[in-house]
Amino acid sequence: MNSFEYHRPGSVTDAAAAISGADDGKFLAGGQTLLAVMKLGLAAPSDLVDLGGIADLKGIQVKGGAVTIGAMTTHAEVNSSADVQGAIPALASLASVIGDRQVRNSGTLGGSLANNDPAADYPAAILALGATITTDKRQIAADDFIVGLFETALEEGEMITSVSFPQPSKAAYKKFKQPASRFALVGVFVAQTPDGVRVAVTGASSHAHRAEVLEEALGNDFSPSALDSVTIPADGLNSDIHASAEYRANLVKVMAIRAVEACG
Amino acid sequence: MSETGIGAAVKRTEDQRFLTGAGNFVDDINLRGQSYASFVRSPHAHAKIKGINTSAAAAMPGVLAVLTGEELVADGIGPLICGWNIAGKHGVEAHNSPPHHALAVGKVNYVGDHVAVVIADTKAEADDGAEAVEVDYEVLTAVVDTATAQDNTIQIHDEAPANLCYDWEIGDAEATDAAFADAAHVTTIEVINNRLIPNAVEPRACLAEFNKGTGDWTLYVTSQNPHLHRLVISAFNQVAPEHKLRVIAPDVGGGFGSKIFIYAEEVVCTWATRKIGRPIKWTAQRSESFLSDAHGRDHVSKAELALDADGKFLGLRVNTKANLGAYLSTFATAVPTYLYATLLAGNYTTPAIYCDVQGVFTNTAPVDALRGAGRPEATYLLERAVETAARELKIDPAELRRRNYIQPDAFPYQTPVVHQYDIGDYGASLDKACEMADVAGFDARRKESEANGKRRGLGYSSYIEACGIAPSAAVGALGGGVGLYESADIRFNATGNVTVMTGTHSQGQSHQTTFAQVVSEQLGVPMENIEVVEGDTDKGPFGMGTYGSRSLVVGGSAIVKAADKIVAKGKIIAAHSLEAAEEDIEFADGIFTVKNTNKSLTIGEVAFTAYVPHNYPEGLEPGLHEQAFYDPVNFSFPAGVHICEVEVDPATGETDIVRYTAVDDFGTIINPMIVEGQIHGGIGQGVGQAMLEAAKYDENGQLVTGSYMDYTMPRADDLPSFDVGTTSTPSPLNPLGAKGCGEAGAIAAPPAVINAITDACGVAHIEMPATPEKVWQACQAAE
Amino acid sequence: MPTISMTVNGNAVSADVDVRTLLVHFIRDNIGLTGTHVGCDTSQCGACVVHVGGKSVKSCTMLAVQAEGADVATIEGLASGDEMHPMQAAFKEHHGLQCGFCTPGMVMSAIDLVNNNPGADEATIREQLDGNICRCTGYHNIVKAIQDGASRMGG
Repeated sequence: MNSFEYHRPGSVTDAAAAISGADDGKFLAGGQTLLAVMKLGLAAPSDLVDLGGIADLKGIQVKGGAVTIGAMTTHAEVNSSADVQGAIPALASLASVIGDRQVRNSGTLGGSLANNDPAADYPAAILALGATITTDKRQIAADDFIVGLFETALEEGEMITSVSFPQPSKAAYKKFKQPASRFALVGVFVAQTPDGVRVAVTGASSHAHRAEVLEEALGNDFSPSALDSVTIPADGLNSDIHASAEYRANLVKVMAIRAVEACG
Repeated sequence: MSETGIGAAVKRTEDQRFLTGAGNFVDDINLRGQSYASFVRSPHAHAKIKGINTSAAAAMPGVLAVLTGEELVADGIGPLICGWNIAGKHGVEAHNSPPHHALAVGKVNYVGDHVAVVIADTKAEADDGAEAVEVDYEVLTAVVDTATAQDNTIQIHDEAPANLCYDWEIGDAEATDAAFADAAHVTTIEVINNRLIPNAVEPRACLAEFNKGTGDWTLYVTSQNPHLHRLVISAFNQVAPEHKLRVIAPDVGGGFGSKIFIYAEEVVCTWATRKIGRPIKWTAQRSESFLSDAHGRDHVSKAELALDADGKFLGLRVNTKANLGAYLSTFATAVPTYLYATLLAGNYTTPAIYCDVQGVFTNTAPVDALRGAGRPEATYLLERAVETAARELKIDPAELRRRNYIQPDAFPYQTPVVHQYDIGDYGASLDKACEMADVAGFDARRKESEANGKRRGLGYSSYIEACGIAPSAAVGALGGGVGLYESADIRFNATGNVTVMTGTHSQGQSHQTTFAQVVSEQLGVPMENIEVVEGDTDKGPFGMGTYGSRSLVVGGSAIVKAADKIVAKGKIIAAHSLEAAEEDIEFADGIFTVKNTNKSLTIGEVAFTAYVPHNYPEGLEPGLHEQAFYDPVNFSFPAGVHICEVEVDPATGETDIVRYTAVDDFGTIINPMIVEGQIHGGIGQGVGQAMLEAAKYDENGQLVTGSYMDYTMPRADDLPSFDVGTTSTPSPLNPLGAKGCGEAGAIAAPPAVINAITDACGVAHIEMPATPEKVWQACQAAE
Repeated sequence: MPTISMTVNGNAVSADVDVRTLLVHFIRDNIGLTGTHVGCDTSQCGACVVHVGGKSVKSCTMLAVQAEGADVATIEGLASGDEMHPMQAAFKEHHGLQCGFCTPGMVMSAIDLVNNNPGADEATIREQLDGNICRCTGYHNIVKAIQDGASRMGG
């Protein structure tokens, strides 16, 4: 690991100041990805701005039909939150299948979204639930937030502070794990929202995305059988040592059906 | 049976230290003034080294030395060796053996190959230094594929035309051809035995120190066989004379074969410590372990099984291409030959067998013994062939096996492929396994699964293995470069407690407990008064180490022999003290008694007399300290039947092992708790091979499964709980009647799992590992 | 070099370390508690699991500076004198360890698991143990040990 300057600000303002003063600074959230890649020499930031000391970035609030979660809230906290379990059980359940027990104790919502791994779980949740990402500068709709492979709408030095998830009437997430890493080989999040049915897929391609074919089918008939005749094209899906595009396409459909089943 | 003797499920005496964080692994040891080594590894699978510029690295902060193969050779350090010569077909006397320098000379032959070492004050400085070494490579085309390595126009080593290490055969080709000519049915299969990476959770490590005052070296190393390490590093690598080199293997965090071998890093650190005058530590990063620990398996085989109209096996013909990697690791040549093809008779009376094996070089990491070493490959091939034959002939697979079993009255049984089996009752294991697995209820369970949209399958594996390696003369006759006896040293202390030293070394096998139980049983000393010492060449007698499920069979037998000598001497002392004739002294439960009297002495009292010999037999040496070397008269042959039951979700290919039954015949069992643990762990690895694990290189020889993100290790939720039972036909050929249990699970499980999955999917074959995608494809194909 | 202070197994400790120092190396090299192990470099094997603020974390994926002021517990701090923690005792009773290398992380994970799921059944234990790799035991006896350890901890 290369050396770096370490900062531990106590406020969002101080964090923003620290990052703007750095040559090539990075925010350190839960560190479950960033420290791992730094250990392997794949990232070498000049400065690490540790967000762990900022109380304002933690916590969960249910208000006005939405669940707002601070960026530094861990997956374990989201999973065990009675508020999340009550308002959006699918989100609590999603948090329980991220990484492993220790990753869930350290990894954070904001860290996961800022990294935007193509096989991470939270990106599917923000897309399917139509979440709003609040940063220290602005609010970004989920559909605008996910841009590409490890690429988000965040600008240099911009920090996620919280994410607001509107409460759906029904939602479920089904994940088929890549057996080694336990990331999503394919994960499908299905939600019935005031704006209609939203379906997001992660793990299958360069970044999480909405699945219009599935949304259309379920928009007409929100039932598992509505997906029977749907074909998911393999074109454009990832093909790697863990799964072919064809297999991923099959899993998208099967996980979608199972998610709809789980919606009850 | 006493509470701590043979057969008792004694809790382990090792556990206290491991459970409280007081274990002592190599990386836990630090020496005053120690420096750190970091290896520059080849990023290319196959390349010429046109030049190495070390000057930038040497100028880095903290860097003490940068050493390359040139210095190594100049210092007369010998190459790494392979200790087993394989004679080939057509009178070829020796296999092709290209030199394997601990630091590359002129050329690199796999990704991870050692190019240079940087030694520095801290680990970070050594790593930074290694990054600064500039190597000018001329990249060559890589040879990667096992099946086609011989046909490749690229030749890796000058010494190995067509990338062939050997072309070897065993059995009677003519008799086998004749058997096929008479066959009513021939079953043909082509199978790949997938390449595995051992992945003991403790990474390899070493710490070498040279003492200028005494001229002695000490090497702390993650080794299954410290004496063998000392022998090879002195006799062959010529780093230090044997009597000046002390090798200490402290607690070893799993080995599974991978810590048998003498590796480049160990030789280099032992050599360099004297050059720089400071201790040198090296601990592998897991990514280095993936690249450079010896891998396992990697066979491509074709097998034909000839049967008569009644389903009796008439002949077996096998061809195997075995990937040996870029260089020959310590025992690499023996694994796909004598440890493999000699097991192809299995449990069966097949009268004619012929197998030929082409061992090939590729630009991949060296391949050597991994838990089971050859026997998993043989068992997988044979049990897939038998299962396939049963399906083709529509004979119940259990019945087909039973029809061909060697019967209990046929022992000793000479197979057509070298081995003479000593004893067994394979039908008894099959019966018990079928009952425990409730095979009778399987059809009902299958229907229930089908009603739920799932598929269910049942798979058998009837295995035999050869353990307790091995009679030295036999090993020598087959090309082995060492004797495979084992040693034991039992020292009574004057206060009546006992120190037991052996040449084996536990990496989790619980020798400290098991061997103490054996000694407790033999000498009647309470376990808490027995200390078992292993892993230090300055303490224990020369021995060959722990692998091949040999430690109890061979090492335990040596302990019994040494205990016998203790008792024999004790009788002389007791007779003198009790004023009786030696032949009237009886020994039982730690007490010497004059026959038909109540005159007796405890073994502790006898030991005291031996060390304070005031009133003592004339001419008898003081002391009660005996040593024995035990050279086995044959291998031992554990055998058993495993039955796997799976449920498959055809929509995703996800496969659950819903029931796994193992019935094994290990002969005498010292500690059933420990034996069950060995079985569980073996099955875990076997299931890993069958469903999860695969080392994959791309066409350029880059390892694409080089971390736990891509190489699937079995986790708790990948495995079920196991139903384990035993049968017992104690071996008549060793004093304990033991057979060995450490590898059985890894040998038996893969065909049981694949037979079950193919049964569930209704297809002839699925290549290992049977990942969800492959199973899904099979389900699609079967529809 | 920053001075890092924290509480490890109830003892206040402090050391000047390179800012890059991972918590696991702080514990092993600076504090000299070598029961916490390193088995991989991608945060998967779990041999390095310790508790920070009462929760299990992988100490190879946390900087020592992030644990400034924290309450850290390692395998060495579990037993009270000669009396093992109930989970340690259960691992011994059920032969839940062989080579012993993964064991410290496994036990620390198991305790955290039980603290959060006191009544966990076998399937839950297997799922929740996904951050720890053992190559020796096939997990059979580890799972039994955790089930027993859970009841010992509850009782």
